Parts: sequence; structure tokens; C-alpha cells
Amino acid sequence: MLRVIVNGQPRDVAAEPDTPLLYVLRNDLGLTGTKFGCGLGQCGSCTVLVGGQAVRSCLMPLQAVAGQEVTTIEGLGSPERPHPLQAAFIEEQAVQCGYCTPGIVMAAKAILDRTPHPTDAELKQALTGLLCRCGTHDRVIRAVMRAAATMGGR
Amino acid sequence: MIRDQMTRRTFLKTGGAVIVGLRLGPMGSRQVSAQPTLSAESFLGKTVAPDAVDGFLAIHADGTVTLFSGKVDLGTGARAALRQMAAEELDVPLERVSMIEGDTALTPDQGATAGSAGVSRGGMQIRRAAATLRQTLLERAAQRLGRPVGELEVADGVIQPKGGGTGVSYADLVGGQRLSLTVDQKAPLKDPARFRVIGRPSRRPDVPGKVTGGHRFVHDFSLPGMLHARVIRPPAVGATLLAVDESSIASIPGARVVRINSFLGVCAEREWDAVRAAGQLKASWSPGTGLPDQTRLFANIRATPVVRDETLAARGDITAAFAAAQRSLSATYQWPIQSHGSMGPSCAVADIRPDRATIWTGSQATHRFRFTSARILGLPPDKVRVIYLDGSGCYGMNGHDDVAADAALLSRAVGRPVRVQWSREDEHGWDPKGPPHLLELRAAVNDRGEVVAWNSEAWLPAPTPDLPSIPLLAPEAAGIAQPMGRSTGLIHQNVDPPYQFPNMRAVIHWIRDTPLRTSNLRAPGKVANCFAVESFTDEVATLAGADPVEFRLRYLADPRGIEVIRRAAARMGWRVRPRPQTIDPRAPVLVGRGFAYVHYKHSENYVAIGMEVEVERQSGRIRVTRLVCAHDCGLMVNPDCVRSQVEGCILQGLSRTMFEEVTFDRSRVTSVNWTDYPVITFADVPLLEIELIDRPQEPPVGVGEAAATPVPAALGNAVFDATGIRLRTAPLRPDRVAAALKG
Repeated sequence: MLRVIVNGQPRDVAAEPDTPLLYVLRNDLGLTGTKFGCGLGQCGSCTVLVGGQAVRSCLMPLQAVAGQEVTTIEGLGSPERPHPLQAAFIEEQAVQCGYCTPGIVMAAKAILDRTPHPTDAELKQALTGLLCRCGTHDRVIRAVMRAAATMGGR
Repeated sequence: MIRDQMTRRTFLKTGGAVIVGLRLGPMGSRQVSAQPTLSAESFLGKTVAPDAVDGFLAIHADGTVTLFSGKVDLGTGARAALRQMAAEELDVPLERVSMIEGDTALTPDQGATAGSAGVSRGGMQIRRAAATLRQTLLERAAQRLGRPVGELEVADGVIQPKGGGTGVSYADLVGGQRLSLTVDQKAPLKDPARFRVIGRPSRRPDVPGKVTGGHRFVHDFSLPGMLHARVIRPPAVGATLLAVDESSIASIPGARVVRINSFLGVCAEREWDAVRAAGQLKASWSPGTGLPDQTRLFANIRATPVVRDETLAARGDITAAFAAAQRSLSATYQWPIQSHGSMGPSCAVADIRPDRATIWTGSQATHRFRFTSARILGLPPDKVRVIYLDGSGCYGMNGHDDVAADAALLSRAVGRPVRVQWSREDEHGWDPKGPPHLLELRAAVNDRGEVVAWNSEAWLPAPTPDLPSIPLLAPEAAGIAQPMGRSTGLIHQNVDPPYQFPNMRAVIHWIRDTPLRTSNLRAPGKVANCFAVESFTDEVATLAGADPVEFRLRYLADPRGIEVIRRAAARMGWRVRPRPQTIDPRAPVLVGRGFAYVHYKHSENYVAIGMEVEVERQSGRIRVTRLVCAHDCGLMVNPDCVRSQVEGCILQGLSRTMFEEVTFDRSRVTSVNWTDYPVITFADVPLLEIELIDRPQEPPVGVGEAAATPVPAALGNAVFDATGIRLRTAPLRPDRVAAALKG
């Protein structure tokens, strides 16, 4: 049994220690917002925050995050009380199929925590490891810039 | 757990009648959401006949409306637009309309959600059904109120005398009565001048759930007792399974092997165990049937027997015109095999019982798959229910029906519900592909610089007539008979140019075979064909000594086509250039502009795209700095969804033009991850400027495909402008560009 703090709650998980965090979140903890995209760390669909850092949960063994704070898309906000980033994605309708969206939102959270007011070019560069197939990129940029403005560097 | 469990059935089942009932969700009132709070199960038994009004619509006693749509939302916003169309014709507030999609037990068969026809065809069926219902209710209200229909009006689902007085609501009229209504194809549709819901950028109901993680994709669906499974595909196309060493996964708790001839899968209670088992299982396979040498792909196409020729267009006498012409030009264009490349590998859940089956899938065509899966399972179609849940964007037929067939065979074998999740390698390796295109174009101009002849020839793999669905991997491996053949989508369209040349011919040479299994891939064929036709149009303009934009306008009569070209050129600040610019041989970065136009399928959208690019001489890297698009799709039901689709078409089109090519060796596909099959990244995204032209009096056409098609040629034309080099083989990868620049 390994303990992880997920979205502020301590959770004890009876999974093999080498199980990728992704499967623990989705299947053991029912947090299916985090998506499986490649299992290779190439696309970013499975991005979550561990100790505030964006990590690819498909490659992160459970034992490596034992005792640490994990934040998933569900922990960021809800439809009723969205995080400013989520509110900005809704405002800009920055979603097509939405499969890559949670990973991109979580990566953007980590980016804005580090660089509260990125330029367009900085943001594009920072998001370049996150893939979107529908071609929602332009709206995503607008949404993250909008969130950066509303968050005021907080 | 099935989340949409209903505690109390509050509906009235009324046979072929409009279904009425008090339908309060757990929250007390119906929330507008992509996923109804009430169970879809409450509607079981309703008609799904596409000619019955109650196939499409139910009005409930609380005044809410359920729309049953056979067309599904593949991430395009159809969920918003189709509800808008129903609300508009019914005159009810949009918030009161919820939607159930793609459930074979509940929704009419409106055909596959494909060909960008969700709104243009599916939405129009829904409007007719709603208009029929509205008209009938008006007539009933006239009786009830003792007033002629002409003196009544509808507002927010209440019919009342114009100028005030006692009214009656839809719910009051329908409540307790049986209405058996056939959709009246002549039911009057609302005058666009009176639209209040259509034409507004209403927000998509699924977006809040998608950005907060609660929206349920098929990948997120689970059932009690469900097993996780993976399917092991052969190491070579056409290989058969010789032996399986089940002891090789003995160390993995609960993992079990399912083998049906050459169909091989592993199931486990825990998903990670299924993943590990799939990787660890030892199996031996025969050599495959082999694939041709990829470096000879296009040479092989020319050597493949032609099944038949099809003349798409013939005007004048091209033979005489070519013979008499002063100057002529010919060129060969090549478009590679491409993958759908969905971000989420295909996934499905199946619960197969001895006498019935339920399958949850991201399929574009649940009704079609009901028949396919019934045949695979040997069940009568009426014992199979197929339910759509959002997949990852598919852009045509990716692996969604394959994975559902995988899940069906495995669930039947183990007697439990099974969820199959494809791996990245499965999706890239085994999704049916967009086929390669080879086009040869020839044109002639006279001494006044006028085009006197144009000839298009394309070599394309022949589709199989009346093929019910493409052959799937699971039944093939399992030795279950299925109709064999090829499906591609309508890949021949737009091989003929949209221009009024006096002598013109366009011929498709339908060839017998192509290396990999094919299916429809977004804007089937038209992306490749327009790359050739619109690039060659620029080549001919150069030969004629004409500016590319002015040249196009010279040969167009259609005012809507002319308008998109003028608008895009004006927006871009197009500078007339009747001859190629002089290239500075020392400049490290070369700058150019290109233009392209399409009249999609010669019957749908008008799109013009202009592009500004920079080309690095040394690396061959292309950077698109600015992209301007003017787009006319007739009536825009939801302008923001239209814009979103146009953006997506453009960026995916850029991705396909710049980066994407399926590679294979002599036994299997080798581009099986995002490194080997790169796609566009955030850093590649140009400044986008899109002008949408709204024409409310014109019928709406689809917007999920057209804008992708001028992208490749606009890019190729811009690269030519920048470098003086014409690239006729996609993708325009840096190594290709650099090699061409080095001469």
C-alpha cells in the first residue's frame, strides 16, 4: 500500500509500485480526466502536477510519487468553480475533441506558475511538447494568455 | 459503475407517438449538459424510424425537449449546432433542448457522421422533423384555442394568439395524447430572417466538462466486472499465429490469453497487468504477406493495373488544343500515405452475452457498426445495441470500429465486459490509412498567355462498390468471414480544376491495389488533389506571365468564388507579381507568399487561402508566419463552431503538408509513434486571420473538411515564391526542401 496526496486528499493505493501513476489515477482513484495518449512521454495528454511540476503520468511509476502531492485536472477546478485557466478555456471555447485538453491545461498551469506573463513566442515554445491533433492551438494560446491576464501574476 | 443510472421511470412509453413525461434529473431540473442527467434507458422502446417525428424529438411535460440524433459530435461542435437547429424550428429556448447521440436503440439511423455532413444533411433532417412537429402543434392549438393557425404565434414553447391572450404550451398539447407523426418533407422551414437561435455562437455544452476532466469519453467508461484487455497484432502484415506460450505471462496475476485462430489478446483485472502481459507474452508468427518497397511507391502506382477509367470532366477538344498550342507544361504531383493520428488511441467497451450484445464506442456510424458487429458475433442485429461515447478526434475512420470488434470478440470469449485500449503503436501501425495520390497535369497556353487546354490524370486505388463497411482486423485474424474490399471516401473529387478553361479533361485511372488498408481520412483525397491542381495552376500562371491571384479570377465566373479570392487577397495585402521574384542566392532566409483556392467538391464551400512563409536555406525548414483565409459555407448555424473547424482544418492541413508521411518496411508500418510520425506543434502555428462570410439565405454546407484543401498548394506556392523551387511531393519536409535548394 502506497500513499499519495491527490488533489489535497491522502489516498492509499493497493497497486504494484511500478504501476504508472496514470493507471492509478484513472482506475484506482476514478480520476479519468487524465488521458492516455501514447505511453511514451511524447504527447503530454497524461500531464499532471507532482509537487507543482508538470510530469507525464504515463511514465511515472507510483513508487516515485509516494508521499508527494499530485494535482490532476479534477483538482484544479470544477464546472461550477473553474480555475482561471479552465474558465479561460471555456471563454475561448479552446477545445475541439478535448482529449488533449486536460494535459495542456495542466502543463499551462505549470508554465504560468513559473512565468506568469509569457510572451506569445515563449508560450508557444513552452507548449511545444504538448500535441493537439484537432488544430486547437491558436485558441489554446489565446486562452492561456487570457488566464495569465486574469490571474495577474498570482 | 454506470453513472447515468435512473432511479425512477417517469416517462410514458407511447409507441409511435411523441414521448412525454416529467423528467427531473437528480439536481431537480435539467441541466444543459452534453451528457443527460437522466438515463437514456428511460427512453428504451421509442421509435428510431428516421421518417417519424418522434424518432428525433420528445417533448416532456416540464417543457424540456430531447433531441435524438443519429449524427454525433466528433469534437466539432455538432452538439451545439444540431440543438440550435431543433430549438430554432420548434421555437423553444436552446437551454431546454438536450441531446442523445448515436445510440442505436434510441436515435434514428442518419448515416455515418462523415463527409462533413452532420449539419448540412443530418441537421436538415432534424429541422424538418422539428418543423413538422411545430406545424402539427400549431394546428392542435388552433383547435384548442378556437383561433385560426394564422392568428397564432409560438414563443418559448407556448402557442398564443398574436397580440396576446390565453395560450397553450407544447407540453400541455402533447401531454396524455398519442401523436403519430410522419416527418413532412414539405413542412415549412423558418425564414432565415426570423432566426433567433441559428446564427448565434452558442457555446458548446461539452466544453466545461472537457476542461475540468469530468466529461466521459469512451476511454473513461467502465462496467462492473469489466476486464482490461490488449490485442497483440502480428509483427508483419498478413502474418498468422503459429504458437502462443501462455506460461510466459504466468507471473502476472489474473492475466489470461484469448486466442481465436490468429486473433490474440490478453485480459486482466488491472489495466497495467494487461499492458504488461501484452508486452511479455511470447508468441510465434509466420512471415507476413509482405509489403512493397516504399521507395518505389509511386513507380509502383504507375505499374499497378488500371481497373477502369472515369472521366470527371470533358470540355472542348484537348487533343487539338494541345497540338495547336505554342507553349505547354506538364508536372507530376505525389501525396503520401497518411494516418488519422488520433491523440487518444482507439478504445471500446463491449458486454457480449450469449443472446445479446452492448458495445460502447467512438464510432462515426453506430447503426452501421450494429450490423457489422452482429455479423461478427452471429447475433441478430436487433439483439445488438451500439452506443456512442466521445472518442478522441478521429478525422475519418481511425481504429474505432476495429477496437470495438476486438472488444466484442474478447468479451464473448471471457464472458465478461471487456475494455480494449489500443496502444500508440497499434493506432499508428494499424489504423486504416489515407491512400497515396499520384497526379499528372498538363496545360497549354497560347501566345496571348491564355490557357487553351488543361488535362488532369490521377491514379487512385479503386473503391469496392457497395461495400457495407471496411474489413476489420479482428474478424480477419479470427477467421470470421466478412465482406472484403476497399473503402476510401470520395477521393476523386477536385481532380478537375474549378476554372473555365475552353478545353479541359480530367480522368481518374482507378488502380487495382494499394499497399495498406485504407479508409476515409479528413477531406478524403481532396487535400492531395488540390495540392496538385492548385500548385499547377500557379505553374501555369507563371507560364502565362500572369499574377497568380489575377490569373485565377480571370477564369472564374462564380461570384462566391470570386468574393473569397478577393477578400483573402485584400486581407493579405496581396502584391501583384506577374513573374517570379528574383531570388538572392546568399540570403539565409527566403521569404515568399502563396495563394490557393477551392470550390469544395465543386458544390460546397468556397475557400481561399494566402500564406506568408520563411524558408531557411541551410536547414530547409519552412516557417509559416501568417495565414489568411476567406471562407463561405452558406448559412452558418454556429459561427464560432465554424471558425473553430476552419482553424482545425487549416492547422491539420499544415501538419499534413509539412510533416506527415506513413513509412513502412517490407513487413509492417514503421512510423508508429509521434517521433516517427511528427505532427504540427505549438511552435509551428502561424498568425491566423480568418474571414467568415455568412449567407443566411443559402443552405449550410459542412465545415469540417473544405478549408484543409487549399492549404498544401498555398504553402507550396509560397515556397516557390520564396525560393524559385517547385516542390511537387508532400510532405514538404526540411530535408526535401534543403536538398532541392542545394540543387
